[in-house]
Amino acid sequence: MNPSLILRSGDDRLSLKIPRRTLGVVCILAGLLIGCAAASLSLGSHPTSLGDVASVLAGSDDSGLSLIVGEIRLPRVLLAILAGAALGVAGLLLQGLVRNPLASPDVIGITSGASAAAVAVLTLDLAVRGDALLPLAAITGAFAVALVILALTGGHRASPGQLVLVGVGLASALGALITFMLVLSGDASAMNAYLWLTGSLYAAQWGDVIRLAPWLAIFLPVALVCARQLDVLALGDPMATGLGAPLSGYRPLMLLSAVALAGSAVSVAGGLSFIGLVAPHMARNLVRGGHTGRLVTTAFLGALILLCADMVGRLGFAPRDLPAGVFVAAVGAPYFVYQMYRLKR
Amino acid sequence: MLTSIYGKTTGLTASLLLLLASFVASLALGHYDVSLATLRASFMDFDPASTGQLIVVTERLPRAIVAALVGAGLAVAGALMQSVTRNALASPGILGINAGAMLFVVVGSAFLPLQAPWSLTALAFTGATVAASLVYLLGREPAKGAGIAPLRLVLAGVAVTALFIAVAQGLLVINQERFGDVMFWLAGSVSSRSLDSIGPVLPLFLLAFVATALLTRQLNILGLDDAMVRALGQSTGFVRLATGGIVVVLAGASVALAGMIGFVGLIVPHLVRGLFGRDHRWLLPACLCLGGSLLLIADTAARFIIPPREIPVGVMTALIGAPLFLYLASRRSPSL
Repeated sequence: MNPSLILRSGDDRLSLKIPRRTLGVVCILAGLLIGCAAASLSLGSHPTSLGDVASVLAGSDDSGLSLIVGEIRLPRVLLAILAGAALGVAGLLLQGLVRNPLASPDVIGITSGASAAAVAVLTLDLAVRGDALLPLAAITGAFAVALVILALTGGHRASPGQLVLVGVGLASALGALITFMLVLSGDASAMNAYLWLTGSLYAAQWGDVIRLAPWLAIFLPVALVCARQLDVLALGDPMATGLGAPLSGYRPLMLLSAVALAGSAVSVAGGLSFIGLVAPHMARNLVRGGHTGRLVTTAFLGALILLCADMVGRLGFAPRDLPAGVFVAAVGAPYFVYQMYRLKR
Repeated sequence: MLTSIYGKTTGLTASLLLLLASFVASLALGHYDVSLATLRASFMDFDPASTGQLIVVTERLPRAIVAALVGAGLAVAGALMQSVTRNALASPGILGINAGAMLFVVVGSAFLPLQAPWSLTALAFTGATVAASLVYLLGREPAKGAGIAPLRLVLAGVAVTALFIAVAQGLLVINQERFGDVMFWLAGSVSSRSLDSIGPVLPLFLLAFVATALLTRQLNILGLDDAMVRALGQSTGFVRLATGGIVVVLAGASVALAGMIGFVGLIVPHLVRGLFGRDHRWLLPACLCLGGSLLLIADTAARFIIPPREIPVGVMTALIGAPLFLYLASRRSPSL
């Protein structure tokens, strides 16, 4: 049997090749994601049957149910899916861009930029969790860091290695700045800022989902278009240039997409780490072939990781609601070390 | 750069004097100014009734000793790591060794009933060893014999640091009552240590410094390229392993005393290499003196920037060190 499905338009001008394995993996992941979302919608301190969940989604007017499911659980589930997908894709783009499996938004300082801005806002008592100012500050911080990285490395001429090293330096400087702000502020607001830094979806609202969705709507398609270039880029700069890939045009575009995706996700969900590092590795193990299939798989995996972590944090330790970031790190970090060890051999 | 033996001796003497001067300044200066006469009296003829003398002996003396030891230890560890990995960006903070030691100390002190200095130090060594092995495993080049790639090593260090800090943050969020304790280790501070808790750690520092002194000739040979090193009959494996052991002891003991203080191991060796060149017989003693001075000066300055609060000394060193890191990173090649 042919390992790929090939779709052609009538006049053979456009064609699409889909490896069956990728298709299968994506279908399974989508099924798992839907299952987890359904479980997350129905479970909680006030368990709801799946039938009731379906009736709320279909537009029931039972006010109690629609408050719990429609206003509290649904935005949280959607936010987990969107933020997880965005972080995973951002990680994949960065890893392809610098050709290093250790790059990710948190390692090269984008998450730190967003975190520093958010912690500044929180510890100066300019905003509390849930204000619209917080995501705005965070995404500004993410872009500011990206600009500084580009300025320090001389823009598009920089080698990927320099890009990463400068990002690492900025991340540690911003880490010191965050510590400074936490130590100087009162215990209550410091703890509040710390919860944000760990990454939590607690008290997610529809406003957060609406703020995050447009970024994904714009930059996920851009990333999908860039994915083809990543295949060429993986061969090395001289080979890619020889094959006619417009590197100097695509590099900034990929960096911009990665920053926008990671920055917007972090701005609503807090300083989540490891999704951008781990999801692309998992995808690489699951599907073969080009970056396009891998990107779709990564998006689903990222969403699934964050959704599951949030569910464990919300349900596993009830009545306490632990931040999802703790569980992402607890699963992601060992997996990452194992993966790195395996790549050696 | 100082080239003649005479110039280098003068430079080393000056560094030693700077260390002494900053030690005295750290004892005398602060929110409560102490005169030099009081300072002398508190050592010659201690009078517990005098506030000034009490502050010097119980508060500032342990603090100055910790700052000098930790600064010297981290600077020497940084110099050793840079020589062995031939990587200008290597240092205990950036390669995750401090973070590993920090996590183990946090688990021990905040979540298990371990408070004795020796048990915390043992935990810090374990953490530092775990982190160093992880970074070495992850940072090696996949191809055989290719050695350690600069960028790969730094990224492995950063990823391992992220891992340990994420776990520490998770523990902190789960157990919020210990917020203050954990922040102490995360932010790094040389204050609030008593003389009793320094005692058990002091011999370890001295032992590590002596071992370093014994290795200087081998380290000089290690700076040549690999073929030359082999031709000279140097067993690189042993020297690398011994140096790794010393780095773990120095970084672990520093973290057990003062938490995570970054960038000292990065700044001081670069400064000293600019002054004294690459000969380890001069480089290492100068790192020792200037590392201690840097942390003493940073800690003293931290008392004056926003009185009456103090800036954590780890933040002070990061403010100096981060621009240097950025400068080194944006150069064309990050090798030594």
